[in-house]
Amino acid sequence: MKPTPLIQAKNLWKRYGDNVVLERMNVQVNAGEFITMVGTSGCGKSTFLKMLLGMEPPSSGELLLEGKPIPAEPDQSRGIVFQQYSVFPHLTVLQNVILAREFERSRFLGKLFGAARRRVEDEAKRLIETVGLTPAVHRYPHELSGGMKQRLAIAQALIRQPRILLLDEPFGALDPGIRADMHQLVLKLWEEHQLTVFMVTHDLSEGFYLGTRLWVFDKLRRDQQAPTAYGANITYDLPITRQKIIAPQETSAIVEHYLRDSQDKATTEQELLLS
Amino acid sequence: MKRLINLTPSKPARVLLGILPFALILLVYLFASDARQAENASDKLLPAFSQMGDAIQSLAFEPSKRTGDYLFWQDTMSSLQRLALGMGIAALIGFSLGILTGAIPTIHAPLAPLLTVISLIPPMAILPVLFIVFGLGEISKVALIVIGVAPFIARDIQRSTQEIPLEQLVKAQTLGSSSWQILLRVLIPQMLPRLISSVRLSLCTAWLFLIAAEAIASTDGLGYRIFLVRRYMSMDVILPYVAWITFLAFLLDWLLDRLSKRCFPWHHQEASK
Ligand SMILES: Nc1ncnc2c1ncn2[C@@H]1O[C@H](COP(=O)(O)OP(=O)(O)O)[C@@H](O)[C@H]1O
Ligand SMILES: [Mg+2]
Repeated sequence: MKPTPLIQAKNLWKRYGDNVVLERMNVQVNAGEFITMVGTSGCGKSTFLKMLLGMEPPSSGELLLEGKPIPAEPDQSRGIVFQQYSVFPHLTVLQNVILAREFERSRFLGKLFGAARRRVEDEAKRLIETVGLTPAVHRYPHELSGGMKQRLAIAQALIRQPRILLLDEPFGALDPGIRADMHQLVLKLWEEHQLTVFMVTHDLSEGFYLGTRLWVFDKLRRDQQAPTAYGANITYDLPITRQKIIAPQETSAIVEHYLRDSQDKATTEQELLLS
Repeated sequence: MKRLINLTPSKPARVLLGILPFALILLVYLFASDARQAENASDKLLPAFSQMGDAIQSLAFEPSKRTGDYLFWQDTMSSLQRLALGMGIAALIGFSLGILTGAIPTIHAPLAPLLTVISLIPPMAILPVLFIVFGLGEISKVALIVIGVAPFIARDIQRSTQEIPLEQLVKAQTLGSSSWQILLRVLIPQMLPRLISSVRLSLCTAWLFLIAAEAIASTDGLGYRIFLVRRYMSMDVILPYVAWITFLAFLLDWLLDRLSKRCFPWHHQEASK
């Protein structure tokens, strides 16, 4: 018997008034997949993430988490990193990361003190170490660069071990060099935390490089007179099997070589897609 | 020659230019006062600085013959007390209302329209109502400040709360927080520096209400004194009192600014970016 998929969309539609954003989406995602999503701006990628979060209800059809409708509110099972405004400006790096634990363990005050706090801080410091922010642990977000802020946002999202991590163009505002570092970080965390990742990107090669599966969102039907009459759908659902090879860590050298190869491949596929 | 909009004076020049108008006003006053005094030694309209000094000397450093108090300091204390009480209560009410209506739609729905209408009532127009309801004592003066200022603070905080990016609220929920925890750990701390700037903005109106209330019904206070001595055309008391009120207002504003910068460094760096 096949296990229930983690996420399942069944004839899913999303409309805002007359504006059909997504239509007839049927898709299944298993635990551990790394989905990357590309598509023209405004075609509904963020809307799909919002539905996964529970911020937006489906207009019709079903969106299931382990066979049950997705909870209608965001909760700790699904973490998110936005392009910006993801961290709290009034808290230091450490305070931002322990916040989720404070919410969990101090229902009334939302704040921990004494030994309980130190325990959580130790846990947070390990996570901060993994994302490479140890030197900045007592700084405020306004003292961090864009890349550091996104590292912080990721660490903050992971401390309560969500099963699903949603990334909405998380690296869109970063320089290319910093992006490459972030890619390594995301791949490492994806593996270590056994996450299922949904990531929107506007960079196709990034999508091919990171994902185990790439979705291209586009409209299948178009009406020139009424551009909002039809919604987008997943027009290409490409498995990127090569990425799977990354799993055994001993072979990282070989993998790196492999990946460079796959990136070249990606660009050719990119050309194919755009033609 | 550069365009006018590109010409920026150097720092010392800026300081000098800043002082210049003050010096000019002082100078003009000195001349005018001297001229009038020369003509009529008992002139009351433009007293010399020495006369003002004498007046304040007797109010501030000699006990009053009638009550034995040092009137100047007693006036100051009474006024500041009323101001602090009024502003404190207004800040508390305004902050709570602003955050709750800004963050919680089911509280926003019934209260926001009411708040808008209340903030449109001219507070001076209901001063008689306050006197009738609360009597002529301290309560009505404090109440006037509260009524005049709290709606402004509430609406200001409400707007700022609504301007918190939705991303932050969603993020907090994905970290497992309840509504109460979001209020406590996300919204209230971020609104505290806003509250301080809101209070700074409304202090000016608060002074206005304070002085008005003291002028109408009081037995002490800075506003009371000014309006009392007006009957004797005692400009030698009025002018130093006005300068003193201005100085107090400036000092309060400065202290609040310092407090905000010290307690909420993240807010000020954020804003200057
Ligand atoms: N809250 C909303 N109300 C009305 N329309 C919305 C709302 N959110 C998004 N939309 C519309 O949905 C469409 C898809 O938006 P979005 O998912 O943000 O696109 P993408 O992330 O792919 O760029 C856009 O046409 C946008 O105008
Ligand atoms: Mg988007």
